Amino acid sequence: MELGIKHLFGLKGVTDTDITSILDTAVSFREVLERPIRIVPTLKGVAVLNLFYEDSTRTRISFELAERRLNAEVITFAKGSSSVSKGESLRDTARNIEAMKIDLIVVRHSSPGTPQFLADHTACKIINAGDGAHEHPTQALLDMMTIRQHFGKLSGLKVLIVGDILHSRVARSEIWGLKTMGAQVDVCGPSSLMPIEMGCFDVNVHHNFDEIIADYDVVYMLRIQKERQASGIMSSTREYTSMFGLTKERMDRMKDSAVIMHPGPINRGIELDYEVADSDRSLILEQVTNGEAVRMAALFLLSGRSEE
Amino acid sequence: MDKAAIKRVLLKISHEILARNKGPKKLVLVGLQTRGVFIARRIAAMIESIEKTAINVGILDVTMYRDDFRAKMKQPSVQVTSIPFDVDGTSIVLVDDVLFTGRTIRAALDAIMDFGRPKKIQLAVLIDRGLRELPLAADYIGDTVKTQPNQEIRVRMTELEEDGTDEVTLVTLADDDEKGDL
Repeated sequence: MELGIKHLFGLKGVTDTDITSILDTAVSFREVLERPIRIVPTLKGVAVLNLFYEDSTRTRISFELAERRLNAEVITFAKGSSSVSKGESLRDTARNIEAMKIDLIVVRHSSPGTPQFLADHTACKIINAGDGAHEHPTQALLDMMTIRQHFGKLSGLKVLIVGDILHSRVARSEIWGLKTMGAQVDVCGPSSLMPIEMGCFDVNVHHNFDEIIADYDVVYMLRIQKERQASGIMSSTREYTSMFGLTKERMDRMKDSAVIMHPGPINRGIELDYEVADSDRSLILEQVTNGEAVRMAALFLLSGRSEE
Repeated sequence: MDKAAIKRVLLKISHEILARNKGPKKLVLVGLQTRGVFIARRIAAMIESIEKTAINVGILDVTMYRDDFRAKMKQPSVQVTSIPFDVDGTSIVLVDDVLFTGRTIRAALDAIMDFGRPKKIQLAVLIDRGLRELPLAADYIGDTVKTQPNQEIRVRMTELEEDGTDEVTLVTLADDDEKGDL
């Protein structure tokens, strides 16, 4: 099994064959997580650098665990702890990484395109762990794995992404990936949180959550970043919750078979009600476990020797 | 080797396993992906019909434990592993189709140890083709064949083949791809 892609920058343009390979491999690695000893020697001797220029807890921990469970050498640079804060340019950082004999870099950065930049300036394999509002491919892959595990398929399902689409890299990766796999993806949220270029995604844009909630198999709630309120782009969180929050009443109007997902961390009481987050329709904790398996799969599949 | 010959050697191996382990108590089989799994199931069925008792069969994929994955151009696909029983204290018979360099078995031993502490591990193979690169030997062997490095043992099994044949052939990987019956 070999992927068509050399790096994982995003899911735009990634084929359904590649996505299926990653998801199938992730299912095999998921089994490792159920063993008494949850570590395999697969990436022994492979040096992985986690380069996190933006705050992240769960994604960084999930990647680190995935790397350690594969027995890779793991080095983590997080914001504030490295020369990033001393003003080193990304280009110089890349050159230094090169000199340190790193095989694979997992990078998160607020600037879209940083993963591509690192690939252009080092010989390392790159996995994007989130670049600005561009893409967050491993999040979308773990979500697809979770949906496929629950429904047994992706093709033909109807997925609704609700919330701040404008600032969401998760939404973009989700749309590219799910559409490639044959699912229908629509978005719902206030006009002020819809990107101007929504037209090029080929999705239906809704503004009335109540009217459409009963049509979908998966209701994917995005996190509302409270910081956005200060910028005036949102009126108030209370108004947001009344129109787009997933309350118990709204959940009861969903299809009987429909499920709830969220990329975390959850703002309880804002986009998700307390009892909704803990209901048996929520796949949120399953998403977290699958996240590790998907990252193990991506690390494994990308770390083979490239044909030079 | 044809269908009848394969059946005979697997029956021979089944009896040898029972004799060596003094019956089916604590005995489990673990087949290595892909063909080892089918062979393990066949042996288990034979032992079950001899002893009238159920035998646990596990599935092991050793891709995650291989030492050559970085040397290969293509990343091998990782298949299912399923050991749905407690291996502590059991007598495990690893089952594979062809024993060659021994590297797969080395990886399998490492993998099994991560599931627990079996009392002992033995190895059963349909064909031992020699050319070992590690100090390993099989406990139960269907047939031993002297081979050259440029040859390949092809094992076909009804579980995998559409046309439903069971056959083992020796193929020389020369220009004309010569084929000889075993």
